[in-house]
Amino acid sequence: MKSNTAIVVDDLTFSYGSRVAIDHAAFSIERGDFLGIIGPNGGGKTTLLRLMLGLLRPDGGSITLLGAPPMKTRGSVGYIPQETNLNTSFPVTVRDVVLMGLTGRRGIGRNFSPADTTRAAIMMERLGLTPVGNRPIAQLSGGQRQKVLLGRAMVADPEMLFLDEPTASIDTSGEDEIYDHLRLLNKTGVTVVLVTHNIGVLSRYVKSVACINRQLYFHPDGRLDQATINKTFGCPVDIIAHGVPHRVFHDHTGEGDDG
Amino acid sequence: MVDAVQFAFMQNALAAGLLAAVACGIVGTLVVVNRLSFIAGGVAHAAYGGLGVAVFFGLPPAAGTLPFSIASSLVMGYAAGRNRERSDAVVGAMWAAGMAIGIILIELTPGYQADLMSYLFGSIMAVSGTDLLLMALLDAVIAGAVFLFYKEILAVSYDEEFAAISGVPVAAIRYLLLAMIACTVVMLIQAVGLILVIALFTIPASIAELLSKNLRSMMVIAIGAGAGSTVCGLFVSYFLNLTAGATIIMVACVAYGMVYIATRSGMKVGKRKGG
Repeated sequence: MKSNTAIVVDDLTFSYGSRVAIDHAAFSIERGDFLGIIGPNGGGKTTLLRLMLGLLRPDGGSITLLGAPPMKTRGSVGYIPQETNLNTSFPVTVRDVVLMGLTGRRGIGRNFSPADTTRAAIMMERLGLTPVGNRPIAQLSGGQRQKVLLGRAMVADPEMLFLDEPTASIDTSGEDEIYDHLRLLNKTGVTVVLVTHNIGVLSRYVKSVACINRQLYFHPDGRLDQATINKTFGCPVDIIAHGVPHRVFHDHTGEGDDG
Repeated sequence: MVDAVQFAFMQNALAAGLLAAVACGIVGTLVVVNRLSFIAGGVAHAAYGGLGVAVFFGLPPAAGTLPFSIASSLVMGYAAGRNRERSDAVVGAMWAAGMAIGIILIELTPGYQADLMSYLFGSIMAVSGTDLLLMALLDAVIAGAVFLFYKEILAVSYDEEFAAISGVPVAAIRYLLLAMIACTVVMLIQAVGLILVIALFTIPASIAELLSKNLRSMMVIAIGAGAGSTVCGLFVSYFLNLTAGATIIMVACVAYGMVYIATRSGMKVGKRKGG
């Protein structure tokens, strides 16, 4: 039975030692959703993402991705990490990073096939990366590097895409470009899960919202109200509504570490 | 110059230096891009404890250094996998403990005149034919492993989490890297000494990092830089009558400084070539 559900999080609990990071969280989204995860620094956004990716094991409760535990669905999931976790001067070319997205499915000890190379070339063309294909990533702008990571995540045609602060280190025009690509992917049926500090993004792109600060508040229709924002952030954050109730701004930028 | 090359010991030293440069260029590149210098240093010093054990019980050196360096690299790798920040302390402790065990056991060995220096800086002038054969074998095994698992090694080195999610056996690749470090340390510690192994791991690869746009070319340039440094260093040490290992390190460091300045100033003038 192939269900239409993309993610089911049920009674999820996780602690770092004695510090509770996620406290009995529960929500579920359908395939084709565009979920935004927001919350204050250290509120558990990245932890939740890492749990859903199977990089961390829950202390309690369960996570189901596409009907199976995260470890079993790895071939169908793409991921863009926070760029601050990567070595931006690593000696690797754009083409090789995009190809990296096919490493797991190619099988260990085997070289990439011509079909793999073609796939990577098509993905680079789609993202406008072909002219810089042979350049080392160190020579790219932040926006270009982010597109390279998007290409790496998408080259294996995943059904779901997870992103952790994808635009924390790039300028506004680069940011719009990335989000437009995400919207396009989402239209073709890819389920997108996005961790972000940028509440402005939520209004324009996401379909549903999860606010997390240890406890999780889920808004399937993507609408936020002041009470939830206050509860999750622990302090009042301005919501400026220009006739659109869920258009939300605040002045946190993407600095700092997020437990 | 020609006279120097005609001595058998000089020929062996040159061959040892070149063979060491190959293993260290490949493994060193992986050490540098994975930020494993401290663990590599820890493994090399822990191996010294194994040397003490071997001397004390009258065994061949590798019988002590091999288990010590393999075991220590596994423990350090396990600690780093569990908690990256705190693994520093584990590595530091094993580093010091290895050294201490080595020194004490060598002191306790009756009638053994310990020559600490020869193990720190090696005795590259006294390398035997058997040593050369073992080093060539090591080079072949390491080059073969990297050739076979290149795409996995690249994926894990660049982004471990993404590699894990896309189905690469990350832990296995990590332990493969550590095993390569451990074996290289064991094979080279006698020939070129503890300090030179660490130097050859880090300096040529750091030179190469400034000049390469992918991991493969970084390995090749690192081998070249290591080979150049050992050959130059050996001749300088021969003519000035200096310790070979220390001279090789100084030559490599000077080369690193020059390449660093050249690439820095070159970047200000215009874009680096390549791309």
